[in-house]
Amino acid sequence: MTDQKDKRKVDVWLTGTEDPGWLVDSTDEGAQKMAQHETSTRLLDQEGLTITDDRLLHEDVAADDELMIINMGPQHPSTHGVLRLNIELEGEIIRRSKPIIGYLHTGMEKTGEDLTWLQGPTNVTRMDYLAPFHNELVYSLAVEKLLGIDLPPRAEAIRLLMTELNRVSSHLVALATNGMDIGALSMMLYGFRDRERILAFFEKATGLRMNHNYIRPGGVAADLPPGWQEDIEFILEKIPPRMAEYEDLLKANPIWLGRTRDVGVITLEECLAYSVTGPTLRAAGSDWDLRKAFPYSGIENFQFEVPVGERGDVYDRYRVRVEEIWQSLSLVRQIAESMPDGDYKTEDRKIAPPPRARIDESMEALIHHFKIYTEGFQVPEGEAYVAIESPRGELGAYLVSDGGAKPLRMHMRTPSFANLQGLPVMMADSLIADTVATIASLDPVLGDVDR
Amino acid sequence: MTDDQVVEVQAEPTPPRALPEQAVLRAIADEFEDIEWVLSSGQDVFMLPKERVRDVAQAANEAGFEMLADLTVTDYFRQRSPRFELVINLLSMQHRLRLRLRVPVPVDDVQVPSVVPVYPGANFYEREAFDLFGLIFEGHPDLTRILMPDEWEGHPLRKDFGMGSVPVQFKDSHQVQ
Repeated sequence: MTDQKDKRKVDVWLTGTEDPGWLVDSTDEGAQKMAQHETSTRLLDQEGLTITDDRLLHEDVAADDELMIINMGPQHPSTHGVLRLNIELEGEIIRRSKPIIGYLHTGMEKTGEDLTWLQGPTNVTRMDYLAPFHNELVYSLAVEKLLGIDLPPRAEAIRLLMTELNRVSSHLVALATNGMDIGALSMMLYGFRDRERILAFFEKATGLRMNHNYIRPGGVAADLPPGWQEDIEFILEKIPPRMAEYEDLLKANPIWLGRTRDVGVITLEECLAYSVTGPTLRAAGSDWDLRKAFPYSGIENFQFEVPVGERGDVYDRYRVRVEEIWQSLSLVRQIAESMPDGDYKTEDRKIAPPPRARIDESMEALIHHFKIYTEGFQVPEGEAYVAIESPRGELGAYLVSDGGAKPLRMHMRTPSFANLQGLPVMMADSLIADTVATIASLDPVLGDVDR
Repeated sequence: MTDDQVVEVQAEPTPPRALPEQAVLRAIADEFEDIEWVLSSGQDVFMLPKERVRDVAQAANEAGFEMLADLTVTDYFRQRSPRFELVINLLSMQHRLRLRLRVPVPVDDVQVPSVVPVYPGANFYEREAFDLFGLIFEGHPDLTRILMPDEWEGHPLRKDFGMGSVPVQFKDSHQVQ
């Protein structure tokens, strides 16, 4: 590890200016290519017009022809999707890098403007496909904020139960892929095996393993299935001993420690500057968790702790995720034990459709059902930003309504998109062999990045 | 009423400027005359002219808003006169506060000062806003397309950019021999 002072010096040289600014100045120029080194100062040097011997004598300094730009992705097994990286190497050391995204851009924000408020969750659930419930929840919360409605307690508890289970399954995939990228292949099999138990419950409750469209404005689509307590009990019985096993496998494993300790370091200050949130921010030493800071859906009624790291390296991010799994499992138990009875969606028939049986009996119920599914409900004019803590960080929804049945603007603040900005910082002056470990520890979902 | 009686026409007193409750926000609002504070869905919003974006962002950063949570644009095509609205969501962890800056931007003058010098995290977001809405951020180090291909023409999230469709011909389609 070079210390912080040396690192900054190299950056300044690379920037070609004396201004020791943020890395952003040096990494980006052009969507597809990296910045030229032939800045005016460099050209003067090359023409011999200035005497800058001391810079050229510095052992870290390499001429341009000793730098190599390599391309990684978009089709690379360890980039977690279609992430492409331009990496500038000096020998084995990464000097600069630039994430190039957009290969999975499908215009979901544009599509969202063409769907009714009720159809919205179908769209947003496909963004972060590892944490679909969180996408649906934040969208629904934003719509409900504009509508100004309150939900029955059971609806909120079901939402929390699902999102916390989803956090466990998402972090299990993060551990699995992190393990696979570093070479711990058994971790990958174990992680996916345990995630499958949770997905089986999701399938039972919602009908689908992913992209559930279960949490909707006004509540949830259906009540929990019969026998859900046993399913939750089964999950809570099976996963904790397995988690303890994985702790034995990795926590003090010297190979794992060697690949992750002091690798891909990002400081708290850099996290704040580059809008990096989630486990990465907490691993850097902040206890910022939106579940504590801006509680939603009644999560303030349950006990949990926010795990915090110290060094901000890959290992700390791994530790934070493991601890969050434990906290979420404890939350799932608390929520399941205190699950209130009652309605699972709001009684407001202008927003939530009536039960199926009522349609055969009541003319009004039929009208409400018809109106909701053809025209949709109208949302008062206004705009709102709501954010929740997704497994990757701050997941926000910014919705603008002009009083119609469709949003005027639907914008999702997706955590992976912002977190990718921290990647060049983590990778600067590290070995190319650590690239995959760093990417995996950031846990980006490219559907979440490109939307 | 006779003509002698002089009716004094009193100019309506200008209502006192509404100011936010929190001292942090109030301090920022006091600093700038042209900020208007509104409460939108119960959330604090500052309306400001686009020339002041970077100054207000700088002041907010110094007042404790450490992070730029989000930056996006809304297109009020045929609904409002300055057509675009730049929306910046700031987050203060020490004060547990959110602040939204809303900046009207007319379509024939899309130059906005970039906030990247204040919040480096705005980098991707401003590139996205440029890519999808065509706003030009002055002072951005690298204002290129981020999601769409480099050679794309137009800005897809504008309301006058059609959804487009590719006709799918099932009948008489190319047969595999």
